[in-house]
Amino acid sequence: MASIDLEDVILEIPTEAPPFPLPSRSLESAPIWASGADGVLRIDRCGSCEYYIHPPSPRCPECGSWEVAPSAVSGRGTVYTFTIGLQEFIPGFPPHCVALVEIDEQPDVRVIGRVAGCRASEVEIGRVVQASFNRVNDEVWLPYFTLVAS
Amino acid sequence: MSPRGERNAYVRGIGQSQVGRRLMRSEMSLTIEASLAAVEDAGLTIDEIDGLATYPGEMNIQPGFAGPGSPSVQEALRLNLNWFSGGSEGAAQIQAVINACMAVSTGLARNVLVYRTVTESSAQVGGRGVAAETPEVGGLLEWLMPTGAVSAVHWLALVAQRYFHEFGVTRDLVAEIAINQRKNAALNPKAVYTEPLSMEDYLGARMISTPLCLFDCDVPIDGSTAFVISHVDTIGDAPKTPIHVNAVGTALRHRNSWEQWPSPTLTASADAAAHLWERTDLTPSDVDVAELYDGFSILTLLWIEALGFCGRGEAASFIQGGRIALDGALPINTHGGQLSAGRLHGFGFLHEACVQLRGEGGARQVAGSPQVAAVGNGGGPIGGAMLVTAGLG
Repeated sequence: MASIDLEDVILEIPTEAPPFPLPSRSLESAPIWASGADGVLRIDRCGSCEYYIHPPSPRCPECGSWEVAPSAVSGRGTVYTFTIGLQEFIPGFPPHCVALVEIDEQPDVRVIGRVAGCRASEVEIGRVVQASFNRVNDEVWLPYFTLVAS
Repeated sequence: MSPRGERNAYVRGIGQSQVGRRLMRSEMSLTIEASLAAVEDAGLTIDEIDGLATYPGEMNIQPGFAGPGSPSVQEALRLNLNWFSGGSEGAAQIQAVINACMAVSTGLARNVLVYRTVTESSAQVGGRGVAAETPEVGGLLEWLMPTGAVSAVHWLALVAQRYFHEFGVTRDLVAEIAINQRKNAALNPKAVYTEPLSMEDYLGARMISTPLCLFDCDVPIDGSTAFVISHVDTIGDAPKTPIHVNAVGTALRHRNSWEQWPSPTLTASADAAAHLWERTDLTPSDVDVAELYDGFSILTLLWIEALGFCGRGEAASFIQGGRIALDGALPINTHGGQLSAGRLHGFGFLHEACVQLRGEGGARQVAGSPQVAAVGNGGGPIGGAMLVTAGLG
């Protein structure tokens, strides 16, 4: 069996809506999915103790406050873990990288997104990344990440 | 120690249908075959079954995954039930067995038939796409699938990559899980993959989602597994060695989900295993054989650590040198596991634990009459554990 050299795998910047299932969007999650429309990543945040809450939830699990709302973050983060998906679960869809990214503002918030715009071999745990968005429709903007030069 | 009601429960009978790839038999056909086999093995008649439980119950997702719901099986077998249950949440797949233990312990039923049926291999015929099957996802999958983590292999590859990173593990160090289980499968007449697997085969295998290769992933099959869980008061006339439920572990204590876990070694399996040991006087060193979930090989490593057979991050060292082989100090996945025997989805592990404790393993029987077996089910945000012993507890 021929093994794939990850140096040869180019992770293209997504420009079209990917063929993945769409989020069903609850009252809490819908604002998070729509957040990328202005290019800004938002995460639910407690107005009382300033804890970031992800996945979003109506009540702060840290202090109990109900004063929770989406809040802009820098979009910078660090790759906590990742995988290069090489099996074509969706026919014709090229290899892609899925990463869990810890946001700079709070490490126990992990945003899931593709890492793109580089070779698969360049993605490593600990790499600093910056969020951008892939528009699916007006309600869903998928975050993806590009490597920040180290 | 809190009351341990599960100790009122025994696995009195076990049964399994025909098992294989693309059997093109209905899920109900396989379920009835396994159920009747378990009832007969228990030395009971169908009229004596007064409880019914399954995982996950009727579900219209992922063709071939769920099997028939409990009301449908009640109808098909014309059961006279005092209690029934089906559901996907709880301590992984064996939550259905644990529910049955609770039902007999509380007196809601005396003999509970528990089954799990999959027809995922036949369901693949025709090659349906992930996206076509699942236009929208909510709940735990809402954050995974839309961003491209469309398969469980992606979710567990994320765990494996972090685990490898934190503990300096490389692929050659985990190959033994797949290689050893293939050896065991060669001795299991019902296993689907039995040809020998070498280290060279493993290292050269096609990558599915880094760092997991083809041989790190289990294989979808068709088959049904059934148990009869009975109250201790009924067990005196059991024709086969009754298998005692010594303890169960059902805890969920840390952040879960498929992506917000605090550490690769602190997922639901760690909580379930810790809970298990809180409910028994036995210790890891008492375990003679372990049947540990292997939807992906990384999960078996995590179960080995969760159950305390070695320390955190030490499983890759632990499995070397034949320790987990049939003749090793702790035989693991003696039937070949889901990697080589096929994905009976959780229930195959308790079935094999009972086979080994009864001494019915044939060519794959662990020598020395094993008396204590540990069973782990699940991965990521679901985990359930059982400790079972041979004979009257």
